[in-house]
Amino acid sequence: MTSSRNTVLAALLSAAFLLTFSSSASALPAFARKYGLRCSACHEAWPMLNYFGQKFKDNGYQLMNDRDSPIWQNPSYWPATFRITPQWHRESTDKVSVDTALTGLQQITSHGFDLSGLDFHTGGTLEKNVSFYVLPSSDSSGNFHFETVMARLDNLFGSSWLNLKLGKFELDNLISEKRILTLTNISGVYQTYHFRPPNDSNFYGQIGDNQLGLEYMGHSADDRTRISASLLSSNDGQVGLPSSNGYTGFFSASQAFDTGRLGVQRVGFYAMAGEAPTYFLTTSGGPLATPFGNAGGRGNRSFSREGFVGLFYLGKLDFLAVTQHGSDSAYFAATPSIPANTPLPAGTQSPTWNGYMVETHYVYNPQLIFIQRSEFERVSQQGLPGVASDTGNLNMFTFGYRWYPIMNPRAGFAFHNEYSWLRQRKTAPDGSDLTSSSLFLGFDFDF
Amino acid sequence: MRRKSFDCRRLAAAAAVGGMSLLGRAQVTEYQQHQWLNTPAASSHIGNLTGRPKAAAMVYRRYCVVCHGELGDGNGESAQWVDPKPRDFTLAIFKCRSTPTGTLPTDEDIYDTIARGLDRSNMPPWNTFTRQERADLVAWIKHFSPRWQTEKPGQRIEIPPEPEITPERIKAGQDVYARVQCWKCHGAEGRANGPSASTLQDDLGRPILPYNFAEGGRFKCGTTDRDLYRIFMTGMDGTPMPSFADNIKPEEAWNLVFYLRTLQPFPSKQKEIAKPLGLKPINPNATGP
Repeated sequence: MTSSRNTVLAALLSAAFLLTFSSSASALPAFARKYGLRCSACHEAWPMLNYFGQKFKDNGYQLMNDRDSPIWQNPSYWPATFRITPQWHRESTDKVSVDTALTGLQQITSHGFDLSGLDFHTGGTLEKNVSFYVLPSSDSSGNFHFETVMARLDNLFGSSWLNLKLGKFELDNLISEKRILTLTNISGVYQTYHFRPPNDSNFYGQIGDNQLGLEYMGHSADDRTRISASLLSSNDGQVGLPSSNGYTGFFSASQAFDTGRLGVQRVGFYAMAGEAPTYFLTTSGGPLATPFGNAGGRGNRSFSREGFVGLFYLGKLDFLAVTQHGSDSAYFAATPSIPANTPLPAGTQSPTWNGYMVETHYVYNPQLIFIQRSEFERVSQQGLPGVASDTGNLNMFTFGYRWYPIMNPRAGFAFHNEYSWLRQRKTAPDGSDLTSSSLFLGFDFDF
Repeated sequence: MRRKSFDCRRLAAAAAVGGMSLLGRAQVTEYQQHQWLNTPAASSHIGNLTGRPKAAAMVYRRYCVVCHGELGDGNGESAQWVDPKPRDFTLAIFKCRSTPTGTLPTDEDIYDTIARGLDRSNMPPWNTFTRQERADLVAWIKHFSPRWQTEKPGQRIEIPPEPEITPERIKAGQDVYARVQCWKCHGAEGRANGPSASTLQDDLGRPILPYNFAEGGRFKCGTTDRDLYRIFMTGMDGTPMPSFADNIKPEEAWNLVFYLRTLQPFPSKQKEIAKPLGLKPINPNATGP
């Protein structure tokens, strides 16, 4: 029963997290305005980047001609963009604990008009080869946080292989969650980038979350070859040193191949390895009160994520694929985590899992795209004894389309319609499967 | 005397290009462009690649149409905001060629320009395309103009091997710079501040700036010595930069390349060799006709 309650709590926290952070995708008409390009030049369908857009980003938001410095812009030019999505959506979950229900469980469906969060993007170049990005982002009730704040030294010593970024930023994921094309409460994030088995308390290893740290990135002049390495604080991007002295490394590398009229195909891999605290020092039962942040995290233990990524283009059809193998220290097997200064309970072992994701796009033309994504998460080793081997296994499917009736260098507008479905094994309050669905219709726009 | 005949040639070339452009504008319709799509003249050949125009339609719509326009006439929705203005493909007049002035470029010339981009313009390097996509785009660009139906590209100009760099050649290059009056536009020190600089216009009457060697930006049509040599001989059609193919000999062109390298702000072999010469900027008053 305690386990079920923890699962529900974790699910609720995850849902709250997703609702808070899932809207911060990046698409910047400010860049289109600066260079006179349509959004389709950099975005396969905004906000998702195409190859040219990725190269533009890797060059530090520069086209690599002499117009990159802001000195070329009209003094009134301000590189700012906002994005928000008014919408109607319907959410349904088949087993929710309800006091008045005869069985204690009831299907709950709610629908109505709503808003996404609001993103204020500002980014560009401070000078040739010095770029920045600042993104205050709110949830749908207007509570702001800094989703991205970074400055980057680009093309150091004239080499595209030397770029250094400092701040809070998205990890160098080839398939960017911040530029995701799917918007429902279920599909607004990549499950593969956030998954952890039921009871697993390690939220520090989510590669979809923006992180605080320092990134080295290098690429060939045509961006066919890319590598990056980041040193991150193990705090899942939260400011104020909340988890003490743990660090995480993230590495990625990829190579693109020219395949004629099919386009450019890319394959790569990524790995994340780090350590994070398993318990926190307390005073009078509460967190420490230290003058420079809560430095009470102790008992660091390790975790890792690694996988392959592929972007395959077949004319109008393209496929994005991601795999992930995840592993957490056995001390993270329970919620809250098991303090590393205590012995592990008998039978506790490292939770491990494998994830797979394939997203398919049919780009009818630059103004109409059809999207389908399937995600499968499979727990390969439960952390706690007595938990059924398939508990937490997850299937997610979503399909929809985005239609861009207007496309110009000043603004973006998309009509977005999508349906998503998710089932997670044995995570309902009664220990059975939990199924959710989400239907979404909205106007997604930025200016 | 030499200058006078040279100016006449420029005038005649400009008139021919202008006339051609008016003719082209009057003739080109969307229907005709559609018909040309299926002609062999609208395909491209780059090495072992054959570009087919229809295959590039989507790529052009996604990346190029915003500046160059649906009809390739340079009237895309962003054209009003960008300077220099986007190329009007219906005229088939291109700055960066390996062929004599007034002639069509080779397919490779357009292919290379797409990947290189054009510095000091809004045209970025599109080296993210596959080679085949670029070849297809060349074919698509060709379908916009009737010139490709009736004319063949000019013969590539020959570029002799680069001679050894010597102080004498650099000094001789400076003499060429003075004699053919590069300084009138590019300035005595290559700072784009010659007496004509502020009056320059392209063939469509739009203001245009000469290249500033002292600033050291990339050359529009390639960065190597051979690229620079080629520009002297081909000129940049559609701009006031003429071809000097009839005015300077190949070895003089190489000398000019060496001298121009000394005007750029970064270290170069030419600069090292020129140091003992103590070259002073040319005196425009001493280089009259």
